[in-house]
Amino acid sequence: MTVALSGKDIAVQIEEKFPGSLEDSGKDYLLVKSDSLPVIAEYLKNTDSLNFDYFNFVTAVDYYSYFEVVYRLDSTEHNHSIVLKTRCYDRDVPTVPSLAGVWQGANFQEREVYDLMGIQFEGHPNLKRMFLWDGFPGHPLRKDWNK
Amino acid sequence: MTTSEMMTLKTEPFVLNFGPVHPSTHGVYRMRATLDGEVVIDLEPVVGYLHRGIEKLAEERTYGGFIPLTDRLDYISPMSNNLAYCLAVEKLTGIKIPERGEYLRVIMAELQRLANHCVAVGSFLNDAGAYFTPFMYTFREREKIVDLFDMVCGQRLTYNYMRIGGVSQDIPEEFLPALIKVIERLTIFIEEYETLLKENEILLARSKGVGILTREMAIDCGISGPVARASGVNRDLRKADSYSIYDRFEFDVPTCETGDCYDRYRVRIEEMRQSLRILSQAVKDIPGGPVKAEVPHLIRPPVGEAYGHLEAPKGELGFYVVSDNSIAPYRCHIRPTSLINLSALRDMVKGWKVADLIIIFGSIDITMGEVDR
Amino acid sequence: MTVPEVIINNLPMEATPPDWPGGYWWHWVFFSIVLIGFMLTMVIIAIYIERRGMGRMQSRLGPNRAGPFGVLQMIADVVKVLLKENIVPDKADKLIHWLAPIVAFVPVALLFTVIPFQNGALLADLNIGILFIVAVSSLTTLGVFMAGWGSSNKYSLLGAMRNVAAVVSYEIPLALSIVGTLLVAGTMSLNGIVLAQDIPFILLQPLGFLIFFIAGCAEINRSPFDLMEADSEIVAGFHTEYSGMKFALFYLVEYAEAIAISAIITTLFLGGWRGPLLPPWLWFIGKTLVVFFLMVWTRTTLPRVRIDQLMALAWKFLLPLALINLFITAIQVLAWDDAVNWIAVVINIVVMGVLILIWSKFFKLGWGRIEV
Repeated sequence: MTVALSGKDIAVQIEEKFPGSLEDSGKDYLLVKSDSLPVIAEYLKNTDSLNFDYFNFVTAVDYYSYFEVVYRLDSTEHNHSIVLKTRCYDRDVPTVPSLAGVWQGANFQEREVYDLMGIQFEGHPNLKRMFLWDGFPGHPLRKDWNK
Repeated sequence: MTTSEMMTLKTEPFVLNFGPVHPSTHGVYRMRATLDGEVVIDLEPVVGYLHRGIEKLAEERTYGGFIPLTDRLDYISPMSNNLAYCLAVEKLTGIKIPERGEYLRVIMAELQRLANHCVAVGSFLNDAGAYFTPFMYTFREREKIVDLFDMVCGQRLTYNYMRIGGVSQDIPEEFLPALIKVIERLTIFIEEYETLLKENEILLARSKGVGILTREMAIDCGISGPVARASGVNRDLRKADSYSIYDRFEFDVPTCETGDCYDRYRVRIEEMRQSLRILSQAVKDIPGGPVKAEVPHLIRPPVGEAYGHLEAPKGELGFYVVSDNSIAPYRCHIRPTSLINLSALRDMVKGWKVADLIIIFGSIDITMGEVDR
Repeated sequence: MTVPEVIINNLPMEATPPDWPGGYWWHWVFFSIVLIGFMLTMVIIAIYIERRGMGRMQSRLGPNRAGPFGVLQMIADVVKVLLKENIVPDKADKLIHWLAPIVAFVPVALLFTVIPFQNGALLADLNIGILFIVAVSSLTTLGVFMAGWGSSNKYSLLGAMRNVAAVVSYEIPLALSIVGTLLVAGTMSLNGIVLAQDIPFILLQPLGFLIFFIAGCAEINRSPFDLMEADSEIVAGFHTEYSGMKFALFYLVEYAEAIAISAIITTLFLGGWRGPLLPPWLWFIGKTLVVFFLMVWTRTTLPRVRIDQLMALAWKFLLPLALINLFITAIQVLAWDDAVNWIAVVINIVVMGVLILIWSKFFKLGWGRIEV
């Protein structure tokens, strides 16, 4: 069975390595600050006991006052998983660093999140709209989008 | 011009568009391939021709009313889509499914896997050029399975059979005998099919060593399902993260080493055999009882979020559902198996020819309904 | 007298010269009409065999609505295709686009002029019949390439290029495999070859038959070598942009070529119009249709090869085998006065088996990935 790793244990490890980057941690999730996302992602991927090499999905949820970007990572070796979250509070141009350099699987999915939610991913090699055409007004999955 | 200048002919790469309307792009999918003669240098997939906004529609439907929409995602295997969504919502609410309901779910999911692999193998061989003959044979078998589904829920394509808490209705009496006949027939059919195709020279020449996907790239891109297992990633969610009652059945997970098109074809045929094994065990042990738990018509799960996933025929299909205690989901995200499997296409295809591009794309087995949602 | 001697003594051994009333020009008019009628009728029968045969092999019925057992389906298709609008793409080269079907069709019609229907019943009993066939049959490629170029469509150009590459590669094994039969028969005239076949040459030259069949299928774009019009890859290859009568002409060319190659195989290898009870032209038509059915059978069963694999098959497999076949036949013709005997049959079949087994061990179907 895939064990959903407890956020609290990993939080301790991460606070040691990268102090000040963690905002919160819960039973099975880790909430990090968006600037430190790439370093934490590298750390999670390359550390021996964690080995999160399988990028499951990335998505975003619109909670009116902030956007929450949710990543789920799995490890094929140890068969455990973790949910990584980050928040951006800007409504007009929300920005989050891109993880396409760490896992190739993030490439298409970050384009989709940009297309439907409008979140800019800094450092993404090819941030174009994926499903909708270039001149489409707005980003449909936002809660305040009205056609 | 000197002789050496005349010897090296300058050629220019050109862009060929395999448009949305094409006989073998498995739906409305567009690729812009940069070709140098017949060799593919670069590939740019363009998707979005079937985008219907299903994730946005989920926020306006009730939890139970969203199930018909999940049918339309991967329209070749709707039972798995329904089941994945129901698993996610049941994780949120903590509902327990009765035994008979669980057995029926497993039977339907495995039958769906067989039907999907029939289509996948048939259209893979169609892309390889065998002029519809293997396609017709596999579709003949798929007809028998679809007839079974017709018997159960009255539909041939969009079943809408799973419900939150179980399945929608019990099976009629003639279902189990008919299912046993189909299992016997399919066992014989797979043997026949293999003798025609397993050692076929032309198929081996077309697909062995073509479009190799290495194990590291498969894991890095997040690829799942038969494509990953053909590259050596031994990860099947029915065993790795067992859901429903799969831990009670005995079956193997076929994997291969190289990750070329031929391996993906072999993995799918082996999976069909394993599904038949699971089905024979399930048919023997199915108990009586209710098929659906008592749930209110309009479910209001508690505030929270859950991710329910399963091993769909194409890979890992998951639903990430966020609830705010109202009758509709606050956010429902679908982990798109086919879109993620598509992300490695560019690297798989570079250096091969146009004919290989089509066969590699066909071996990944993509349905545009899932890519675009 | 032994059975073979009885047969030999009772068959006419010389070709009868044409002695039609009115002389040569009436002969020419009569045969032109017969040939065109023959070609069109055989094409219709061929398409029917293909569609019903292929349907039954794929465990479905073929066409069975138009007329009893679907026999009028082809007439319905021909009428439909003739009534369609003739669309020419805007940027197409008009003259080349218009000329291409004609240039593709005329050589195929010319092929039928030297094939004997009965002893002495051909339009022109050229004594270099085989040379004529090999020369004229490759002209169709010119029409195909004109079609691909003149359509101003990248898919068509790709299909036309593939066609040119394939036809050029397969001309040589085609020609070489025929030379074996020429050596045994001692004449290049097709009627003469039929007359020399006391033992059908398929037994005397089994390797030649196989090579000719494969090379013939490749020349006429039939599966498993139909990548010139690969349905699932390049939409329809060189005839993507054609509609109406021009498309009908290309369609006709494809099946007429198939019938022509079947007829040539019948003449060269199966004994042409020879046979006991029925009239000779009936034997001829029957044998042609049997060979055509063989082509339908391979089309339904086998997947398609890739272009580089196709060319590798021609140059690395068929060409050496054809050369070796030629050498062995030449040695046999020198060794015996009458090369048409049963010992040669046995030797040749054994040689074919051994050669194919050995050569397929060395052979690799084309190269694979190219570094970009």
